[in-house]
Amino acid sequence: MHDVNASRASKTFMPLTASAVLVNPVGLHARPSVKLTQCAKSFAAKIEIALAPDGPWTDAKSPVKVMRVKAPQGAMLYFRVAGPDGDAALAAVLALVHDGFGEG
Amino acid sequence: MTEIHLTGRAASPGLAIGPVTVLTVAVESRRTTGDPAQETAALKVAIEGAAAELAELIEAEQGEAADILEFQVAMLEDDALAEGAFDAISAGTPADHAWRSVLNAEIAGYRSAEDEYFRARVADLVDIRDRVLVCLNGADKSAAIIGGSIVAGDDISPSTFLAANWRRGGAIVLAAGSSSSHVAMLARARGTPMVVGLGPLCWDDRPPALALVDGDAGTVIFDPEPETQRLFEHRMRAVNAALAIADAGRTKPAFTAGGRRIAVLLNIAAPQDLAGLDPAICDGVGLVRTEFLFGASQGLPDEETQYAVYRRILDWAEGRPVTIRTLDAGGDKPIPGLTIDGESNPFLGLRGIRLSLSRPEVFRMQLRALARAAVHGMLKVMLPMVAIPSELDSARELLDDEIAALRAKGIACARPPLGIMVEVPAAALCAEDFDAGFYSIGSNDLTQYTMAAARDIGAIADLNDTGNPAVLALIARTVEAARARGVEVSLCGDAAADTRLTKALLAAGLTTLSVSPVAVARLKATIATVSP
Repeated sequence: MHDVNASRASKTFMPLTASAVLVNPVGLHARPSVKLTQCAKSFAAKIEIALAPDGPWTDAKSPVKVMRVKAPQGAMLYFRVAGPDGDAALAAVLALVHDGFGEG
Repeated sequence: MTEIHLTGRAASPGLAIGPVTVLTVAVESRRTTGDPAQETAALKVAIEGAAAELAELIEAEQGEAADILEFQVAMLEDDALAEGAFDAISAGTPADHAWRSVLNAEIAGYRSAEDEYFRARVADLVDIRDRVLVCLNGADKSAAIIGGSIVAGDDISPSTFLAANWRRGGAIVLAAGSSSSHVAMLARARGTPMVVGLGPLCWDDRPPALALVDGDAGTVIFDPEPETQRLFEHRMRAVNAALAIADAGRTKPAFTAGGRRIAVLLNIAAPQDLAGLDPAICDGVGLVRTEFLFGASQGLPDEETQYAVYRRILDWAEGRPVTIRTLDAGGDKPIPGLTIDGESNPFLGLRGIRLSLSRPEVFRMQLRALARAAVHGMLKVMLPMVAIPSELDSARELLDDEIAALRAKGIACARPPLGIMVEVPAAALCAEDFDAGFYSIGSNDLTQYTMAAARDIGAIADLNDTGNPAVLALIARTVEAARARGVEVSLCGDAAADTRLTKALLAAGLTTLSVSPVAVARLKATIATVSP
């Protein structure tokens, strides 16, 4: 039942996009990747990241895949979010990036 | 196959060639079930087991260490990591092979990263790979180290070192490690070549089969080309032949090429170090470290225990001089219940003579045992970490007190000469101001304090150089002070055994060097080449 709704939802909801600069010292490394994926997994929405506005897109809920992106400090990180809680999800991940993943 | 040259820091001299044993991947070979369903289940269980182990480790850690482990758990819990392995297993590949090759591909991706930080994650991925492999195949604990092999790893524990048989040769090569670690000390004492600080030892598919180790230069060559190996073996034969000649000559006194007589003494950490040694190889014992008596769990040793040990060493020496250093605790040698925990900078803290004077009851007992042992041979007593003359004077008063007390009780004792270890630059600069019975230069600490550089910090290890003119000047100054005062001076640090420094040390005026028993033959042979 829930699955049906989710798949319908992803068809219904228009993907939201946004971007932010990675300001933390060493880019999207181990600790930030774990934080990002933990944050992403707390939402139902499909959340993807990329280093260019047109992709290739990477599942933000997989630390293995996020680490493969090897996004360095200063890189522009693009987000594509689709789902019922898409607005909240996008706000949350952007806040993480702006905040430098709490690493100052 | 391309040979790999790595340069680290020399921790124990000598050359070695042998098969490589990698410490970190002690993974047993595994009999595969051949059934994809069972192999899939086995890998799943292994991954879950590895994640559970890590979770347990996290409990005991905090801060950065915990973050690193949490990252490893997050990677392991992500299905994306192993999906390629499961695909390979369903196509008939055994679980361990599938996992290894998928992780190696992942590791290769990190190794080729432009960003230094992502390259450094290779170690985490290797850790993840091997932890799962151990869960899958079981760790091979007994096979550990085959005699004669080159042991490669991040670091090695003293117990692992001690469990192996080093009589058949072999060497230790470490990614991290330190030339002042306990294992390095053990390796030097046993003549096992060792190189530390090589940086990450990463092998994609399989570790190298063979390695050539140069413990003098601090270099390692993995999987050498035949020509490289031939040249190395040639060099090793020449060195061994020279060593055999040196060994044959090690019971003879040492002379320089110009005929100057140089006294060669022994450094020992415990009486067991003398087992099986012919006292004729040396001109005496230049340094007996007494910390071994105070270590472990038995508590502080009583006077009788100490007396018996000191006497045993004097008996072995058959009348040759024996210099025993009073307890040198503190710094890198903590002793529970005696040294201060949590000093902000232990090397500049309450250690050596400072600690002894602050705990006079422990110090007095040692002085009593020494005065009693002095009856049985040519004993000299050396005080560590002396910085100012009043420390020597205070120690002398305590010794006088104890001798008076022993005599009052009618107990046999004698007054050994009291000398100082010169390892604080202040003591070297003002050596003449000390009313010392002799001087012994502790080159390890003298170098570290003069250069303000620790030996075990890789980034500044080059600065920790006893051959630096500033350190040599302090050595020469101490030698001059000894001459002016008409007392003996020797050098008992690691520099004495570093044959690259022999010429400079003799040029500084030293005529007495003290080294570990294994270094005697080599040092004597080197002395013979120094002119005048």
